[in-house]
Amino acid sequence: MTYRKSLLGWLADAALILYFVFALFPIAWMVILSLKPTNQLFSTYFSFSPTLDGYRAVLGGSEGVPFVRFFINSLVVSVGAVALSLVVGLPAAYASARYRFKGSDNLMFTLLSFRFAPELTVIIPLFVLYQKLGLFDTYVGMVWVLQLVTLPLIVWIMRSYFADLTPELEQAALLDGYTRKQAFFRVALPLVKPGIAAVSLLAFIFAWNNFVFPLILTSSEAQTVTVGALSFLGGDRPKYNLTAAAALVSVVPPLLLALTIQRYLVRGLSFGAVKS
Amino acid sequence: MGWRLTLRPYLLIVPALLLTCGILYPFGLGLYYTLFDFSASTPQPDMVRFENYATVFTQEAFWNSAWVTVLYAVGAAATETVLGVAVALLLHRSSLVGRILEKILILPLMIAPVIAAIMWKLMLQPSVGVVNHLLKPFGLGGVQWTDTPTGALLSSIAVDVWVYTPFVAILALAGLRSLPTSPFEAAAVDGAGWWYTFRRLTLPMLWPYVLVAVIFRFMDSLKVFDIIYALTEGGPGDSTVVLQIRAYLEAIRFQRYSFGISYTVVLWAVVYLAAMVLVKRLGKIQRKAAEVK
Repeated sequence: MTYRKSLLGWLADAALILYFVFALFPIAWMVILSLKPTNQLFSTYFSFSPTLDGYRAVLGGSEGVPFVRFFINSLVVSVGAVALSLVVGLPAAYASARYRFKGSDNLMFTLLSFRFAPELTVIIPLFVLYQKLGLFDTYVGMVWVLQLVTLPLIVWIMRSYFADLTPELEQAALLDGYTRKQAFFRVALPLVKPGIAAVSLLAFIFAWNNFVFPLILTSSEAQTVTVGALSFLGGDRPKYNLTAAAALVSVVPPLLLALTIQRYLVRGLSFGAVKS
Repeated sequence: MGWRLTLRPYLLIVPALLLTCGILYPFGLGLYYTLFDFSASTPQPDMVRFENYATVFTQEAFWNSAWVTVLYAVGAAATETVLGVAVALLLHRSSLVGRILEKILILPLMIAPVIAAIMWKLMLQPSVGVVNHLLKPFGLGGVQWTDTPTGALLSSIAVDVWVYTPFVAILALAGLRSLPTSPFEAAAVDGAGWWYTFRRLTLPMLWPYVLVAVIFRFMDSLKVFDIIYALTEGGPGDSTVVLQIRAYLEAIRFQRYSFGISYTVVLWAVVYLAAMVLVKRLGKIQRKAAEVK
């Protein structure tokens, strides 16, 4: 397909630009709303005197919403969930890619089938259980339940990365007198490093963006930004500018990370079903 | 592989297995609860066997929710498929504009759906929202987006489409880029038209990639929660109460735990069946695509 400046080419570009206006306008509009002073929220649309008051209010904990704390909570539970998934998931992914053993496919499919389960099937019992165990509204409880999001993703994708490595390299290492453990750590792992980095970031994004777990399993101590962003919408005079500022602050980390892993997205998003 | 069979693979997966069991336990517990009449008001629940399920299926509310859920999922998945494939085809032409725009294609996909719903909620406010303001010149300044049953459902589907169209587009684009070039060159030599090439070559070979995306999208939109919760909370009336929202209201609002979980188990069965059917189709389509190549 060479590109010629034909009428069709112009039309195609116009159609693309139309879609991207639809895709980007809401984000641009949030920026505008978040910069509006409260007294100009409803009086004007595109002409206003920009101010950072909205951000100051959100980050300063106005309306009794400790937003900075929610932000830190989101960071802690997302990083914690990804770290735990990596520690237990990488060996499992390696084993299932390298060894044929009884039940390996079953185990893998069980992991994948969690993707089909409605979140509430597990959250409602956990809601009851966590209150008994004292895990309700705690970091530990959140990191644990987020495994539902991060573990299948990490095991499934890393399995496909390990399966793509030729076993000859590790076998050569074994002949050189490495133990299997050394072969894994010194040969296999370094080779899939880019994959690990990408899948960790993607898992982090999914954990960060999760809403239904913190909605039901936290109340204040471990609440995250996705739930916190809703707090400014309540009341009889909704604070549109604060809501917009909160929304923007909470999408910054996932957006920044997403731009760094673009190349690896296809495999990650499709659970390895489509190789990039 | 020729390695001696040892305990090693089992040892390597033990941690993951333990963690999986830790997640499986609440699932099992949930299934167990559905056999009781467990709620906040019955701390000593009685065994009711399958009564909860019987109640679910005889409730008008369930059938309404099931209908809304299917409408939502079909509407969202179909729109995203058509729009996503169209965007992928346009980007595949690789014009200068396309190359610039491709970099930002994923942005909506990386925004939490609940945040996206909040954004659209602000934009769709009938009196002060920017959407109606922009529509004023066209004589459409007073559309009640989320305040009418049909409008609320369409608005929530629109948010889903806004968030997830890039997902379909990315997978379709990856598919387009991995297609073999020789059939297209042959078609060009034979003087085949654009439409013929698209119908006979591009689409059949692209379908496996697109169908993977469709399966994921259809499954996930059957389970939609975040977008509806933030945009309409199931309203107005119960016009957008999808199954997971209904389960949430039953279990968390009204504290009828057993009954709420029963709703989600029924939904799980539906998603599973849909998955089976679609994956079977995928296999067929993949074999067909292989023939075209």
